[in-house]
Amino acid sequence: MNASRPGAPWHSTPPPSRDYFALLGDGVVAIAPPRRPGEGGNGWSPPTGGGWLHVAPSGRVTAFTGKVDVGQGTREALCLLVAEELDTLPDRVTVVVGDTDVCPWDMGTFGSRSMPDAAPALRAAAAAAGACLAELAREPPAQMRNEDGGRGPGAVEGSAGRTFPFLVGRRVLTTAAPEQRLSEPRRWKRAGRPFVAPSGREVVTGARRYGSDLFVPNLGYGAVLRPPRYGDRLVDVDASQLRSQAEIHVVSEPGFFGVVAPSPARARSALLEVRAVWEGASQPAESDVESYLRGHPATEDAWDVDQQASGDPTSAYDAARIRVEATYRTAFIAHVPLECRSALAEWSGGRLTVWVGTQTPFRAAEFVAGKLGMPPSDVRIVCPPTGSGFGGKHGGAVALDAARLARSAGRPVRVDFSREEEFRYGYLRPMAVIDVRASLDDDGALSSWTFRNFNAGAAALATPYRVANVRVDNVLCRSPLPQGSYRALAATANTFAREVAMDELATLRGEDPVVFRRRQLEDPRLRAVLERAAELSGWAEFRAAPGRGHGIALSREKGGRVATVAEVRVDAAGSLTVDRLLTAFEAGAIVHPEGLASQVEGATIMGLGGALFESVHFDPGRLATASLASYRVPRFSDVPKVEVALIDRPDLPSAGGGETPLIAVAPALANAVHSAVGVRLRSLPLLVDGRIPRTSPG
Amino acid sequence: MTGPGSTAAGPRELRLRVNGVEHVVPRLPERTLLDYLRLELGLTGTKYGCGEGRCGACSVLVDGELARACQLTARDADGRDVKTVEGLAPPGSLTPVQEAFAELGAFQCGFCTPGMVVAATALLDRNPSPSREEIVRGMDGNICRCCGYPRILRAIERAAALRGGGRERK
Repeated sequence: MNASRPGAPWHSTPPPSRDYFALLGDGVVAIAPPRRPGEGGNGWSPPTGGGWLHVAPSGRVTAFTGKVDVGQGTREALCLLVAEELDTLPDRVTVVVGDTDVCPWDMGTFGSRSMPDAAPALRAAAAAAGACLAELAREPPAQMRNEDGGRGPGAVEGSAGRTFPFLVGRRVLTTAAPEQRLSEPRRWKRAGRPFVAPSGREVVTGARRYGSDLFVPNLGYGAVLRPPRYGDRLVDVDASQLRSQAEIHVVSEPGFFGVVAPSPARARSALLEVRAVWEGASQPAESDVESYLRGHPATEDAWDVDQQASGDPTSAYDAARIRVEATYRTAFIAHVPLECRSALAEWSGGRLTVWVGTQTPFRAAEFVAGKLGMPPSDVRIVCPPTGSGFGGKHGGAVALDAARLARSAGRPVRVDFSREEEFRYGYLRPMAVIDVRASLDDDGALSSWTFRNFNAGAAALATPYRVANVRVDNVLCRSPLPQGSYRALAATANTFAREVAMDELATLRGEDPVVFRRRQLEDPRLRAVLERAAELSGWAEFRAAPGRGHGIALSREKGGRVATVAEVRVDAAGSLTVDRLLTAFEAGAIVHPEGLASQVEGATIMGLGGALFESVHFDPGRLATASLASYRVPRFSDVPKVEVALIDRPDLPSAGGGETPLIAVAPALANAVHSAVGVRLRSLPLLVDGRIPRTSPG
Repeated sequence: MTGPGSTAAGPRELRLRVNGVEHVVPRLPERTLLDYLRLELGLTGTKYGCGEGRCGACSVLVDGELARACQLTARDADGRDVKTVEGLAPPGSLTPVQEAFAELGAFQCGFCTPGMVVAATALLDRNPSPSREEIVRGMDGNICRCCGYPRILRAIERAAALRGGGRERK
């Protein structure tokens, strides 16, 4: 867009003062107002900044959302929904993401909220625009022309992209009604259908510019001195070696040291010539981390705590004859986005603009403004195309680095993390330690369920199975390593512990795992994914044999339901071959079927990595695995036969699909290993030194 | 001018042909070919993913052979023919490999895609009718973190067919 941009973010500008038409010219602008938190179709809904879009006389539609797209297909899904409401071609719709000046405020792209929150807002805006266009077309002179031969504004069949010549010279603002009438998913003609994204061309030719590909005139490259161990503070710096190097600009402030140089390599080599003194507390060793977590509950961060309690699980457990008592563990793992984090900061006329691949652009703007002592309205964050995030690119720390360096150097600066920095100075998926005690009554129904998660969080914590005596809770802990969001959060750990424990109970009872689970389930949507996965994988016909087994797991999280079946072989030496992973997934009305299938395939294979071999190792306060040589991620050769079964529920609101498909993979694999060789594994990653352990660890 | 990071070049200047255009490398022959392509020539299609030669995001063709630009210096490419993703097809058109990836939507975030396209091109140039196993082996040096591997494999098989090779899938 080349029209003039506002000098302040629109979400902090009263709507009457926003000049939408300065940006995009004549046409219709439709707004869906912000929404307060409340109850919605998928349970509790957070506050949203709404959405808005512009329809030009040419038929070009530009929709604005505060969400970002880090590869999960948000742009395409929103494009299809807007095209559907406006009855135009998806190619005519451009979706602008994550520009804090012009996009609606958004809490951040996480929690699988793009479909439940951003989508309804843009659909409402599009529907309001459609109604407005119909009104305008009826006003004399009504000269609306459709490329398909002149049917009116209600044209539905065979329409090519619509054009609106009667909008020339007009600027009309409309607002969606609180209960704006939206299209019925069962009648969708564009959304819910196969769609080839037009962005493919720029991707396959290398023309698309990601954050680390952006250049502006006079760009300098920055690098920041980083602590050897977590929590270390910078106490003293000797940068005398750099004084004679005219092309290196030094930025030395209390607790912060960085350089700006003519190239990234030069910036890094300059840092190597600096002598720094760091100070910090001692940290626990990797072998002590479980007892550290158990012994260090956190008192802050009460948001991610949940519990379920009823009946008397202790007595019921004590009275039962079939019981399981075990601790399940999942390791700290790293996101390893293929594009390392990067930020380009440019100051102009007192305003700061930072192009940064972040999943939380508005929070990043507030963060940077706060640290620099500026009004938030003077900071603009733009999230460019980004080489994945998986929850690891929240916040604005790298944006702040670039901003500080650029301010001091008096020129725009780009900071690119190296792969080692991305490992060390990002954050990890939290390690989980989960204690479970569960029992069955004589009819094989769950009689008690006690479940406590240390450290990882409350996602998918509650059991979906029927049980009268239950105590479930989680304890937040002080972690020795920086930890934060990772795709699906604690749902992976909680589902792993629950579904392996359920499998252990089924085994003790001697009952088929699918039959056993079906009996304990009340949720018909969970039953549906369980049945679909079992049926499509031929569960009942599978012939286990020594060294060959199958396993199943299911879960429910963020409005989606998932069931995964794994088929594996384990040889005498403990080498594991995964023959097949089949995932059934249902999350309401499907918007972009190909995109969703991609997400499920990708999540399945990503889940396989965390299940089998991914794990961070560390010395006190410092990662020992900070390279691709030392941290293994899934490759082509790791990919089994991956099958995806999507269940479409056009009668239900669309939930997100970026996370939940990941969470049943690990327990399905663990249960399959048990089926194959009778070894019960309760820790992720399952492989130890590349092999399945021969006996069940204690 | 000397200083950290530069070496006095040999008596002959460094010359490389990049996407058919000859360039003289004026200085810093020991910088990586990746940096040279991206920073000096503005060819940002070739990406930095790891700096270890283990992710394939920096894949280029050097004299027709697959190479990792982060593991080569500009000097290593002296006198050689370098092709980046931008140079695979004439401007405005797509090679069969590119077409197959675009048509099948074989990308999510898309960051690995240029490297995948270059590596797949090298693979099919060497072996026009690869089996699925040969594709996996040939592409195993390229990582996709979105784990879109199944679609990428299908795109490469489709590309093989578009190029006139390919195998019947049972």
